[in-house]
Amino acid sequence: MEFFERFAVPHPSPAIYASMVAIVLVTVGIIVGLTYFKLWGYLWREWLTTVDHKKIAIMYLISAIAMLFRGGVDAIMMRAQLAQPENTLLDAQHYNEIFTTHGLVMIIFMAMPFIMAFMNLLVPLQIGARDVAFPRLNALSFWLFFVGAMLLNISFVIGGSPDAGWTSYFPLAGNEFSESVGTNYYMFALQISGLGTLITGINFITTILLFRAPGMTLMKMPMFTWSALTANVIIVFAFPVLTIALLMGTMDRLFMTNFFTTTNGGMDMLWANFFWVWGHPEVYILILPAFGIYSEIIATFSQRNLYGHKSMVASMVIISLLSFLVWTHHFFTMGQGALTNSIFSITTMAIAVPTGVKIFNWLFTLWKGKITISTPMLYTLLFIPIFTIGGVTGVMLGMSAADYQYHNTMFLVAHFHMVIIPGVVFAMLAGLHYYWPKFFNFMLNDKLGKIEAWVISMSTLLAFMPMFFSGLDGQARRMYTYSESTGFTIYNMISFVGAIGLASGFVLLVYNVYHSTRYATRNIPSDPWNARSLEWATHTPIPEYNFAIVPTVDSTEAFWDAKENGHVLYREPYTKIHMPNNSGMPFILGCIFFVWGFSFVFALWIPVLISTIGIFACLIHRSLEKDHGRYIEVEEIKKIEQAAGARR
Amino acid sequence: MKIDNSRPLEYGTLQNRANILGFWIFLGAEIMLFGTLFAGYFTLVDRTGNGPTGAEIFEITPVMLETFILLTSSFTIGLAIHAMRLKRQKVMITFFVITLLLGLGFLSIEIYEFMHYYHVGAGLQTSAFTAILLTTLGTHGAHVTFGIVWGVLIVSQIKKRGITHETTNKSFIFSLYWHFLDVVWIFIFSFVYLKGLVS
Ligand code: HEM
Ligand SMILES: [Cu+2]
Repeated sequence: MEFFERFAVPHPSPAIYASMVAIVLVTVGIIVGLTYFKLWGYLWREWLTTVDHKKIAIMYLISAIAMLFRGGVDAIMMRAQLAQPENTLLDAQHYNEIFTTHGLVMIIFMAMPFIMAFMNLLVPLQIGARDVAFPRLNALSFWLFFVGAMLLNISFVIGGSPDAGWTSYFPLAGNEFSESVGTNYYMFALQISGLGTLITGINFITTILLFRAPGMTLMKMPMFTWSALTANVIIVFAFPVLTIALLMGTMDRLFMTNFFTTTNGGMDMLWANFFWVWGHPEVYILILPAFGIYSEIIATFSQRNLYGHKSMVASMVIISLLSFLVWTHHFFTMGQGALTNSIFSITTMAIAVPTGVKIFNWLFTLWKGKITISTPMLYTLLFIPIFTIGGVTGVMLGMSAADYQYHNTMFLVAHFHMVIIPGVVFAMLAGLHYYWPKFFNFMLNDKLGKIEAWVISMSTLLAFMPMFFSGLDGQARRMYTYSESTGFTIYNMISFVGAIGLASGFVLLVYNVYHSTRYATRNIPSDPWNARSLEWATHTPIPEYNFAIVPTVDSTEAFWDAKENGHVLYREPYTKIHMPNNSGMPFILGCIFFVWGFSFVFALWIPVLISTIGIFACLIHRSLEKDHGRYIEVEEIKKIEQAAGARR
Repeated sequence: MKIDNSRPLEYGTLQNRANILGFWIFLGAEIMLFGTLFAGYFTLVDRTGNGPTGAEIFEITPVMLETFILLTSSFTIGLAIHAMRLKRQKVMITFFVITLLLGLGFLSIEIYEFMHYYHVGAGLQTSAFTAILLTTLGTHGAHVTFGIVWGVLIVSQIKKRGITHETTNKSFIFSLYWHFLDVVWIFIFSFVYLKGLVS
């Protein structure tokens, strides 16, 4: 009996029972549906075993949007709980679990796959490559991320969710204060998906350094690819720190070591330091590619090349270096000396300078440009002022002395949502509308898109501006309720309305996808926005080899110059093209990793052992395997190209 | 695949070059990984709780032996790669096998060392210091173990397939890995053992 008690949820509630039923129903529904329509073979051949970066991008995209809704439901529950004083919708424990999973899901399992989706789609296309350097590892990265996400999501219904905040500070996250297996889930979900992210980092740096089209020097690389390069360099240096921190945390929880305990020499602040040495750069891993997307959109819709290309690159490089030097601003108030605080205060504020450079470059580009306002551009234009509010309040938080006032209040929550929502979420939505034709071969409805952009941006202001005031008034973050006499009611009520507004904005997005899938024309040109870089130079739909002939590049805006100034992109004759074969290994390895993580969470040592052996067996198999891929012959290429050309 | 004959065999194809570059980047990540462990070690080294200090439990002889063995193996893997460039398959395999045997020797001594720590009451759960010590050593040891298995696989492929673009590429990457483990050990030797014994 004790065996089954471990899997029981320690704090069950009707919502959890409802989710259990929902999960079972959806799973059964999917299985029955796939069997009924005989789709298993299709699923396996086209998706589960694919190594094509474009398909992997789509899988990241779908996961990210699903997780956006998962995290969004958490957010609405939190706002609903706080909308009224002394509300009893959620109890304290439940609230703890929700803000923890909300933060974790949004950052790791929503924002990260979103940027991975764009990196996967765009980087090979922008540099004129056939795929990434290691296509199989790329698929493995996706499956590891996916397995991490699934592990975290089942924590809700098997054994209990993590409840020590997404920062998982010890000793709060230690066995003493966090008894359920929730924090074990945290450790393994993050560890497994982090491994996938690290592999992505290595893969994309190699791709960008070695697989660029002839003539594309580093300084001729498009801005999004530059942003991906800097973000991936940050990944390679930041994620190993997380790996070790999680390893130590896991050992404390499962093997009773004393890394972060308060006895036997343990040191809880070591966790805080390691966590933020990874955690702060993580923010820039998200924001730099987002900036890259904005740069592409601004250039296209201003009909002008980006102002200050070199200073854009330089500021990204500087930001990526500085991002490693500011981590202690997350615990100014936790008892380090005034000197330390001052140093980190200064490095923190220094980041505002290169960020400001980027904002001014965008404004200068717009200044002289011929602007067309489409949905992607509207999101971009709304991003600039809202992000600036978030940025300025960040500088306020960066003043260590003043931080004693704001620390752990809603002011902080308001600040980081005001940067991360316009900075990352708007960028992803803008990119989604902009690149939708490259993902799915039709366009989203522009009118609906614009309504969406207005609803989402105005609701962001409505949801988060009041928190600045209630925070300055002293409303603490992570508090599940408050009394009426504090006077916070009105602020929280407005926030709740804003949150509902945001939710309706996202529902509108779903409606737009539905509407456009049904009614939009499939007969679209390959370059519908009159854009500037190489991803628009291929056909729509993109052939599996991306470019029949590798383009030759001699300017920063190769495609634009080919259209306007008569540069010749395709100079070589057709030759046969080498492509990798599909492989089931990444998916299988992912499944084994799931078992491995799950068994560790519950300390089931025999399955841990078996799955560990399984993982090594897969690696050994891979090492001995001989698979040289296949060739697409010239005849076939010609046929595909003719068909693609004829459709237009 | 296009083959560039002006380069060493292991760099011959674009995919070869990508593998090597990718591995260097991976080693960058490994430097951060061990760097974090060292940072943890320096933070926790004096936080011994009720447990022993480093000076009380370290034994110099096995550690010297481990160092000697690992340094030698780094040299022999270098010789193996040299033989590979000269296309001397037998010599290459011999040095490869010697390297792996030395690795195995290193591991055995490390296992002895761990048992010693356990006997003198410096287990994983004793204190923050013992935890970080055993984790740092254990991570390095796990890398060596992984390397031995990997090396065996590579030797079997050279035997079966000869000296080709693929096997040379794998061997060269393995040699980078092995040298890297040696460098990490030198840091462990100096900053964990020597420093611990002196103070
Ligand atoms: C869609 C609208 C959103 C709403 C209404 C919302 C609401 C909230 C609320 C009320 C909290 C504070 C909970 C508390 O401290 O008591 C919170 C925390 C947080 N949110 Fe959001 N959020 C939204 C979107 C996002 C997005 C897009 C991200 C990241 C990409 C994000 C990341 C976080 C993080 C990291 C925390 C901190 C969790 C913690 O305290 O451990 N949120 N959110
Ligand atoms: Cu930070």
